[in-house]
Amino acid sequence: MGVIEVSGLVKRYGDLEAVHGIDLVVEPGEVFGFLGPNGAGKTTTISILCTLLRPTAGEARVAGIDVAHDPAAVRSRIGLVFQDPSLDDQLTARENLELHGRIYGVPGPLRRQRVDELLQVVELADRANSLVKTFSGGMKRRLEIARGVLHHPQVLFLDEPTLGLDPQTRKHIWDYLQELRRSEGVTLFMTTHYMDEAEFCDRIAIIDRGTIVALGTPAELKSRIGGDVITLTVADVPTAAKEIAERFGIAPLAANGTLRIEVPDGASFLPRLVRELPMRIDSVALSRPSLDDVFLKLTGHAIRSEGASDKDMLRNMGRMWRGGRR
Amino acid sequence: MTTAAQRSSAIASPARRSGGGLLGAIYIVWWRDVLRYWRDRARVGASLAQPLLYLVIFGTGLASSLGGGFGASAGAAGISYIQFIYPGVISMSVLFTAIFGAMSIVWDREFGFMRELLVAPIDRSAIAIGKTLGGATQAMIQGLILLVLAPFVGVYLDPLVLLELVVLVFVLAFGLSALGVALASGMRSMQGFQMVMNFLMMPMFFLSGALFPLVGLPGWMTVLTRLDPASYGIDPIRRVLLGSSGIPVDRFALTLFDRTLAIPVEATIVIAFGLVMLAIAVRSFQRRD
Repeated sequence: MGVIEVSGLVKRYGDLEAVHGIDLVVEPGEVFGFLGPNGAGKTTTISILCTLLRPTAGEARVAGIDVAHDPAAVRSRIGLVFQDPSLDDQLTARENLELHGRIYGVPGPLRRQRVDELLQVVELADRANSLVKTFSGGMKRRLEIARGVLHHPQVLFLDEPTLGLDPQTRKHIWDYLQELRRSEGVTLFMTTHYMDEAEFCDRIAIIDRGTIVALGTPAELKSRIGGDVITLTVADVPTAAKEIAERFGIAPLAANGTLRIEVPDGASFLPRLVRELPMRIDSVALSRPSLDDVFLKLTGHAIRSEGASDKDMLRNMGRMWRGGRR
Repeated sequence: MTTAAQRSSAIASPARRSGGGLLGAIYIVWWRDVLRYWRDRARVGASLAQPLLYLVIFGTGLASSLGGGFGASAGAAGISYIQFIYPGVISMSVLFTAIFGAMSIVWDREFGFMRELLVAPIDRSAIAIGKTLGGATQAMIQGLILLVLAPFVGVYLDPLVLLELVVLVFVLAFGLSALGVALASGMRSMQGFQMVMNFLMMPMFFLSGALFPLVGLPGWMTVLTRLDPASYGIDPIRRVLLGSSGIPVDRFALTLFDRTLAIPVEATIVIAFGLVMLAIAVRSFQRRD
């Protein structure tokens, strides 16, 4: 039995259908990635699984419990790390964890032991008694992750856990998550739009415009692209695209001022391409297909950033209010 | 895997009872608010600036232009305008702290700590009640701090009067905090905040009798002042605070249908109003989209 089981899940806001008909099963102990652009329905789905939103139709069970029927029972069995920090920054790291333990009814002696243990795991023991407002973005995220697993949840949900962090910090967060999965046996369900991070997941669901367009291990998804990817930078992209189509009978994809060409055997095709293309080539790269390529192929567009939503505006306002510290 | 599942179910069962049930959860929410307030003492100091401006500058200015007129009619033992607005300024501090405090919920719910509470296995009514009581506690303290100014306006407090004031200021703080939480619980954006400021908070403040007596007003305004719940909270504070120092304040006492209201009646009205607001807030918090 899966620790998360979703079938035919639909969420409608008036006429807008944010999620239409999602099915998936997540096995216990898995790291499951939910990959898609902003506005694809990732956060809506995660909010339904966490009982913050009610599904319009379909069924979702977390830890064997229906999220619509017994939200409180679901809540006590899951942990959640939000996109924006939800720590109390006027309290210390230890106080934040203590408060969480109290809210989740973790008994006193066990709570203290657990707080100490987790502060060690996320390497914040030396800052346990500092106010959270003095923490960097990465430290806050670590503390939130520690808080999320404090009550031994069966599933830890993470909504864009590394958003806005620098690459080195992101790598660190992943180390902690892997460590927690090993030591706690917790299932991780995360959303992201960083393709490189999706590689760390056991399985990925690619979601676009409210539906799952592909589901599998990163290797399986990448094998959907036959062969290799050649990325070409030229001054005149449209002309180059036309030339390639005419000479080699391949339709290249134009994205961000470059051309991507999918070929079965890149190593032997590349010299031919360079020799026969009648224009200056600024750079050329041969690579194995990445999840970016998979996404582009399945959806016909690159993972995109949409314009600022109302929520983004409110978020920015809040940041300004608090003097821009995060 | 089995060990993790066993551990988690071992903890999950007490977790559903959630650290002492509803009262325990209310206490946690309240305690967090009060602790935060205590940590933010700098803000406490800064927030006293506005009431002081009203009292010293507005009070002195208006008293001068009124001349002796305000107190003179009272006969030998007069009441100065500054004395009159002193309880009003205390109440203003309570009003602003309570409503502003509650408005922070709107932001907090989308991006702040409130979400940690909303996904916790506690009854949502505990959040509404805890927030209301937490806000009321802060607003009460903000109001009571201003009592240190009492000697400067010729008001003297004995312990019994002080105790009475603590109760009455808390009653006002509770009513307004519940109103704020009820409003904030239904609001989805900060745009609504400006509306609340312009169309609710300022009219409530002006109509409450904080700045001028609610006697001899035109009919339409008399009606509005009697609809303002803050009127019933401020009047008893003024009567107790000034009356105890022998300042003749009874002729300014709030009347309803030409009858002077007893202080317990006024307090009951404010508490009843607060409970209705709290019920609305609880319902609103329990709703899920």
